[in-house]
Amino acid sequence: MAYQLLKYALGGEYKEPRFFRDCQTPKKSYDAVIIGGGGHGLAAAYYLAKDHGITNVAVLEKGYIGGGNTGRNTTIVRSNYLTPDGVNFYDASVKLFEGLSTELDINLFYSNRGHFTLAHSESAMRTMRWRAEVNKHVGVKSRVVGTDEIAKACPQMDLSCSGKSPIQGALYHEPGSIARHDAVAWGYARGADSMGVEIFQNTEVQGIDIKDGKVQGVHTSRGYILTGKVLSAVAGFTPRICKMVDLKTPIVIHPLQACVSEPMKPWLDTILVSGSLHVYVSQSSRGELVMGSSLDPYEFHSTRSTFDFVEGLTSHIVDMFPFLSNVKIVRQWAGMADITPDFAPIMGMTPIKGFYLDAGWGTWGFKATPISGKTMAHTLANDKAHDLIHSFRLSRFEEYELTGEKGAASVGH
Amino acid sequence: MKLLKCPINGTRPLSEFIFGGEWRDMPNPDTSSDLEWASYVHYRDNAPGIKKEWWYHSPSGTWFIAERNTLTDEVLATYLYSNPPATNVEEQSA
Ligand SMILES: Cc1cc2nc3c(=O)[nH]c(=O)nc-3n(C[C@H](O)[C@H](O)[C@H](O)COP(=O)(O)OP(=O)(O)OC[C@H]3O[C@@H](n4cnc5c(N)ncnc54)[C@H](O)[C@@H]3O)c2cc1C
Repeated sequence: MAYQLLKYALGGEYKEPRFFRDCQTPKKSYDAVIIGGGGHGLAAAYYLAKDHGITNVAVLEKGYIGGGNTGRNTTIVRSNYLTPDGVNFYDASVKLFEGLSTELDINLFYSNRGHFTLAHSESAMRTMRWRAEVNKHVGVKSRVVGTDEIAKACPQMDLSCSGKSPIQGALYHEPGSIARHDAVAWGYARGADSMGVEIFQNTEVQGIDIKDGKVQGVHTSRGYILTGKVLSAVAGFTPRICKMVDLKTPIVIHPLQACVSEPMKPWLDTILVSGSLHVYVSQSSRGELVMGSSLDPYEFHSTRSTFDFVEGLTSHIVDMFPFLSNVKIVRQWAGMADITPDFAPIMGMTPIKGFYLDAGWGTWGFKATPISGKTMAHTLANDKAHDLIHSFRLSRFEEYELTGEKGAASVGH
Repeated sequence: MKLLKCPINGTRPLSEFIFGGEWRDMPNPDTSSDLEWASYVHYRDNAPGIKKEWWYHSPSGTWFIAERNTLTDEVLATYLYSNPPATNVEEQSA
């Protein structure tokens, strides 16, 4: 048996194929250059090739693909937002996600769990009713439920939260799901690569050439590349890239932290979120509880994690689930969240011709990976913003047309 | 940074403080154009570096300025807005 295994491992006959070519030397020029090999950048590359036939594209990633926020999030996918534009946009993403394992031929472990946003006060209940009505109006399955239904879905929870902040009801969102986040990046990378897109890891963009308000090319750690179109999809690094082209935005970087418990037998089917207790929790297919909280309280460009975070988070988790008090936390980490004042992304054209922005994804951008890739590809190909992202344009701030999505994003996820 | 020095109350745990955002020069609202005002309200270069920021010591209600490196989280100086230090940051940290 051991011999068989060894033979298999060393034989070379069953070698795992590479997911994408190991590109080392960029060409002199590309039709488009994408900065950032996270889910968003790779999805944009995939749809540029697939929907628009634009394959002379390079994706430049300074580390390894999916090593940014794509591989750090708590993987919640949902569309129960507050504004009709937000609900429509995220709903389109959920629909793409539902067929994505098949389309990319990779198991994303997309798991439909149902999503409860718990309300501990009358004013929270009011927001839940508002969101439910907007969602229903747009055709998204969300409804307000009472404590009996919550107790049935999650009998393990102490509905009084240790007597501190009794649950009054919840917004229940049936499509709420979780997925394997790094597989999304890998799936899009393989798909894009197979159509001709070149993916460069360990390749940092260090400068962007602009002449007469138009993009000319990018300076990278692997030399200069000519291109007329640059898409910045770098999440927490957006202010640094924007500085290269002297573009100011309202984005502020805050760390967002998460952690997982030791694995357990499956007991938690649903995704639970509590804005008042600043927690969200789901159980992964590996049995770990995946838990997150709200943003760190001040601007900081770093992925360090803190004891304060685990201490605060776990005390609330134990309020909800007293029986977890002996369970161990096995890993914690942080990502840099690019936060906007209205909790909506910044997508589309900029005042610089050929410089496109896909940013402001803060604590909520994983669920948008497919639709942002699709709409940004459309925007690059046509040099005109896709209809679905019109309200997310950068110029909305100087036009005082902010989106008002805050009520649906009070806790980071 | 786990501790911060309030110019009035001395060094206190960070949990007593609230971050008030980057300090920026306010244009005159009566004479600035709509775009200038919108830029002041919304746009910023938020790349990491040494920034002048508003901070609030919540138990005592004190607003003050901190000069902080947003990449390393080192605080270089804290002072009241009305009482800036004579030396600039580079000289202090040298
Ligand atoms: C702890 C945490 C929990 C979260 N939970 C959720 C959730 O439950 N649901 C949800 O929808 N969203 C969630 N999010 C948000 C989500 O993770 C992000 O919005 C999303 O992953 C952003 O993807 P991206 O591809 O735009 O960026 P990233 O995955 O961060 O990719 C950007 C890439 O750009 C690269 N890069 C940066 N600068 C350069 C340069 N100069 N040159 C070359 N490459 C560069 C980086 O190395 C990085 O790999 C969470 C985020 C965090 C941190």
